[in-house]
Amino acid sequence: MELTGAEIVLRCLQEEGVEHVFGYPGGAVLFIYDEFFKQDKVKHILTRHEQGAVHAADGYSRSTKKVGVALVTSGPGATNAVTGIATAYMDSIPMVIISGQVPTPAIGLDAFQEVDTVGITRPCVKHNFLVKDVKDIASTLKKAFYLASSGRPGPVLVDIPKDITQHKTEFVYPESVSLRSYNPVTKGHPGQIRRALQLMLEARRPMVYTGGGVILSDAAGELTEFVEMMNFPCTNTLMGLGGFPATDGHFLGMLGMHGTFEANMAMQECDVLIAIGARFDDRVIGNPEHFYNPSRKIIHIDIDPSSISKRVRVDIPIVGNVRDVLQDMLKMLSSSREHCNPAELESWWKQIEEWKSRDCLKYDRGSAIIKPQMVVEKLYDVTEGDAFVTSDVGQHQMWAAQFYKFDKPRRWINSGGLGTMGFGLPAAMGVQMANPGAKVACVTGEGSIQMCIQELSTCKQYHLPVKIIALNNRYLGMVRQWQEFFHGNRYSESYMDALPDFVKLAEAYGHVGMRIEKPEDVEGALREAFALKERLVFMDFITDQTENVFPMVPGGKGLNEMILV
Amino acid sequence: MRHIISLLMENEAGALSRVSGLFSARGYNIESLSVAPTEDPSLSRMTIVTSGSEDVIEQIIKQLNKLIEVIKVIDLNDGEHIEREMMLVKVKAGEAEREEAKRMADIFRGRIIDVSDQSYTIELTGTVAKLDAFLAAIDRSWILETVRTGASGIGRGNRMLRI
Ligand SMILES: Cc1cc2nc3c(=O)[nH]c(=O)nc-3n(C[C@H](O)[C@H](O)[C@H](O)COP(=O)(O)OP(=O)(O)OC[C@H]3O[C@@H](n4cnc5c(N)ncnc54)[C@H](O)[C@@H]3O)c2cc1C
Ligand SMILES: Cc1ncc(C[n+]2csc(CCOP(=O)(O)OP(=O)(O)O)c2C)c(N)n1
Ligand SMILES: [Mg+2]
Repeated sequence: MELTGAEIVLRCLQEEGVEHVFGYPGGAVLFIYDEFFKQDKVKHILTRHEQGAVHAADGYSRSTKKVGVALVTSGPGATNAVTGIATAYMDSIPMVIISGQVPTPAIGLDAFQEVDTVGITRPCVKHNFLVKDVKDIASTLKKAFYLASSGRPGPVLVDIPKDITQHKTEFVYPESVSLRSYNPVTKGHPGQIRRALQLMLEARRPMVYTGGGVILSDAAGELTEFVEMMNFPCTNTLMGLGGFPATDGHFLGMLGMHGTFEANMAMQECDVLIAIGARFDDRVIGNPEHFYNPSRKIIHIDIDPSSISKRVRVDIPIVGNVRDVLQDMLKMLSSSREHCNPAELESWWKQIEEWKSRDCLKYDRGSAIIKPQMVVEKLYDVTEGDAFVTSDVGQHQMWAAQFYKFDKPRRWINSGGLGTMGFGLPAAMGVQMANPGAKVACVTGEGSIQMCIQELSTCKQYHLPVKIIALNNRYLGMVRQWQEFFHGNRYSESYMDALPDFVKLAEAYGHVGMRIEKPEDVEGALREAFALKERLVFMDFITDQTENVFPMVPGGKGLNEMILV
Repeated sequence: MRHIISLLMENEAGALSRVSGLFSARGYNIESLSVAPTEDPSLSRMTIVTSGSEDVIEQIIKQLNKLIEVIKVIDLNDGEHIEREMMLVKVKAGEAEREEAKRMADIFRGRIIDVSDQSYTIELTGTVAKLDAFLAAIDRSWILETVRTGASGIGRGNRMLRI
């Protein structure tokens, strides 16, 4: 039997086991929406903005490893989606975005709601396709899901002109795909792995630095085993938090621009650095010239050869899937008799303990004004460290990263690479949708939350009881901090004036609102909010306006040149 | 340093713009880029002449390999290779210039492929440097028009780029 293109789209989604699609309708996708109406296997979630749809699909994916799916119309639908797509691209999140396009004969004629979606998104997708024949829909979607989720993951966009969704053809979903031009590696080269192990066993000051790749490849278990077995110190990037248990004694906290003193010092001073699924980002190592240390050897495990020796020359590259490589390493280690010199390791740990004693994350715990750090600590206590925490971008994001101790992967969900304000709330919706019944908190700022505030309405419609923790400092705090440090206290346009009454706003959307102004009320309010299991609670914490994020490595500086409290 | 990068990719709409987009997005130099289908019409072969430090060239090759439609990439400079570019140059060829223009074409082993009473069109093939040398050798004011294909390259002997 022949099916229409639109029917085929739905059948493909079903074949892929997609349960939720986040989207927003419009002219070019009307036939596809018609098919949604006629079935109930794939649930559609109507967001209030296409950016929200893509972030929600993104959060959905980050919390589950499933491919997130979003559907938008042509023209403004597609352009609204771009921020979400770029956000996913920078953090290597597997997603498929289906966009409608004007009918094939109208392409190129400046038709109503026409944009060159494939052209606009090309630099921020792993790959994209324009479907020109109804016969290609099934094979293209199959490829899209495969590309999105294999190798280094990323968003893949499929642009489908409206007429193609009306045309008919026989539906056959390909069982498998193979592309002669795309063959991602999984296993690491055994010779390289052996060389790496040799180097590690000779290390006197080893350091394990891991990132998003550990989360993406579900290798937290292997990483933990490896670190424990070796008794090495371990740090995570912002994207890697939860890849190694934060409450484990081997953990030195996050590293980088706002990393801990001990993590940054150990990173700088180690003699063997083992980088695992991390990409030596500028927010992580600062200035590569300052980072350079001739007595340090670097091992780098990454699935993407272009991540290796991009910013920093490495000595032993291992191209492969983190999980496979770590499993091979563990096997070799357990059959080897060699160990690191325990005396050397002990003195290295002693040095690290000394750095730790600097207590770089200290803040005024007796303050009469709510300190943002304290809110996150209480959030950790109240949720017993077991929440999914999404975040927006700014100071609050850094405090969430520093003070919520993530013991499990896929619990910390934030936009690291693009740094997209507005990510937190829609991402939390996606997380809650994927994990009904789980505690989901969105740590945000009064600036960021307003970038996708409309999604409060989506939360109402789909009963998503997200807990919004707004650290309201009445400033674009991260901007204000830079202006204080580097622009002579000239707070140009970083003050948030005319803020809405968030309590009333939440109520207007049908949710619960709370304003918390005193430190002694913080914990009780959080408990009350999390007890409201069925409700979204918007918690507006009025925090210290002048608080800054420490430590801080100023731009262009090296990791050991931190500004400390 | 100058490098000649050769690659094979799927002969699909949009593939070229992915390559050129990559170069502009990442700020890599392109001296020339030429592309055409191969004997297998499903494949295109592209030659890119670029320049940069060894680190940059390494990144360019890795980034090209990362493009989904790219099948194989080689840096011709890694071994013996031959480079050729074709140029058509229209020069003044009135009474005064005719003889000298012909002589120059001969010296550079060019062929005159079109003649009018005021001009010659000369076809020249060679390395990029040779074509540059021709343009430098001939009186600037004689040159009416030039068009160049950009370099193509191929490995010597058993060095081959194929799937
Ligand atoms: C306000 C702000 C402040 C920030 N401050 C900091 C900071 O202080 N510290 C910090 O760390 N970051 C910070 N960031 C985040 C920073 O910008 C980067 O996003 C982040 O550091 C990158 O993390 P990553 O190196 O783990 O790479 P990711 O972007 O997570 O990349 C993952 C790497 O793993 C590889 N990979 C993917 N899958 C696999 C697999 N299966 N097997 C092997 N490898 C794989 C990829 O190829 C890639 O190289 C900040 C961001 C913002 C917005
Ligand atoms: C979409 C977008 N625009 C601008 C920025 C630049 N930016 C980074 S942090 C920040 C301030 C965020 O303010 P708020 O959400 O109140 O968080 P705070 O830093 O105060 O905790 C800005 C404007 C950004 N990251 N994203
Ligand atoms: Mg703020």
